[in-house]
Amino acid sequence: MAEFRLPPNSRITKGRHFPAGGSSDNVRRFVVYRFDPDSGDNPRMDTYEVDMESCGPMVLDALIKIKNEIDPTLTFRRSCREGICGSCAMNVDGRNTLACTAPSEGIKGDVKIYPLPHMGVIKDLVPDLTNFYAQYASIKPWLQTRTPASPDSERLQSKADQERIDEPAACILCACCSTSCPSYWWNSDRYLGPAALLAAYRWLVDSRDEATGERLDDLEDPFRLYRCHTIMNCTNTCPKNLNPARAIAETKKMLAERRH
Amino acid sequence: MSLRSPLSRVLGSGSAKEGTDHWWLQRLTALALLLLGPWFLVTFARLDGYSEPEMVAWVGSPFNSIMLILMSVTLAWHSMLGIQIVIEDYVHSPGVKVVSIIVSKFGHVFLGVVAVVAILKVMLGS
Repeated sequence: MAEFRLPPNSRITKGRHFPAGGSSDNVRRFVVYRFDPDSGDNPRMDTYEVDMESCGPMVLDALIKIKNEIDPTLTFRRSCREGICGSCAMNVDGRNTLACTAPSEGIKGDVKIYPLPHMGVIKDLVPDLTNFYAQYASIKPWLQTRTPASPDSERLQSKADQERIDEPAACILCACCSTSCPSYWWNSDRYLGPAALLAAYRWLVDSRDEATGERLDDLEDPFRLYRCHTIMNCTNTCPKNLNPARAIAETKKMLAERRH
Repeated sequence: MSLRSPLSRVLGSGSAKEGTDHWWLQRLTALALLLLGPWFLVTFARLDGYSEPEMVAWVGSPFNSIMLILMSVTLAWHSMLGIQIVIEDYVHSPGVKVVSIIVSKFGHVFLGVVAVVAILKVMLGS
């Protein structure tokens, strides 16, 4: 049956408190999920007081400041710090988002930071995305054709056709959507999740692709596709304002249409 | 720990090439219930205070009995499809899952047949 409690070794305990040193009035508390697989201890919530006068505006700025100045053991992924690499996806104030584009100011009270929900945790805020990436690979995210490429020109595409793939192609695979989806929580071993399905849709509607039928065949499955019950957490949480729920609905429509 | 590659685990036994019918029928029965449901609720509310012979006569009229049979079959069918989805969502032990789906299907077919037989019995007056 579904498990509604965390396993005993995953239950969160109270952690350490790092008070702010200076005399600044503008101090905010960041409560951060900590887990060290080498220690054998349960996860804990550590509280860091950060002087916002000397800190950048985004949650990622605060995390970097904590790592640089308060606690170098804090572990998280980050790279571009401008919302295009998708590395710093985490659960901030109860919502999956990119720490680099989430302003601390918009959050009331303590800033609570957890790793992406319902994923294995490698360390602190770093989730294990192995399965997520394998699901992306499984939808064959590349152009498949039978017509040989012309030796002296590109594969042509109209402006309108390009516009159909503009939105789904803007996905950065940060995993915010898939890890916000209860269907993905319960069945991520078989359900592909909104991110992989959005990527699949990007190739389904690519006018140059010649494997639409095979792609639909691969998706037509009670678990791979039809675990989506359109609750739209994915669209709600997407930090790039994309719409995976609509892409999944369109895929279901394509499947229904080809048999009528 | 399995030594299968992550991609091999995701690909698993491949696609079942199925699910579209289930999805389509769930929407189709939902649409039918959107038409039958309001009729049922409104007319049923008006039956308050009917005596037994009046009630039997109401169920026995061809239009009402057809509507009631359509309603019973569609409702049982829609519920059977929906309960299967809930079981597949939440029951992860393969054995328990299959047994639950079988029990649910038998139960829904049984209830649907009981409802239809009951309506026919009243209608035919035996």
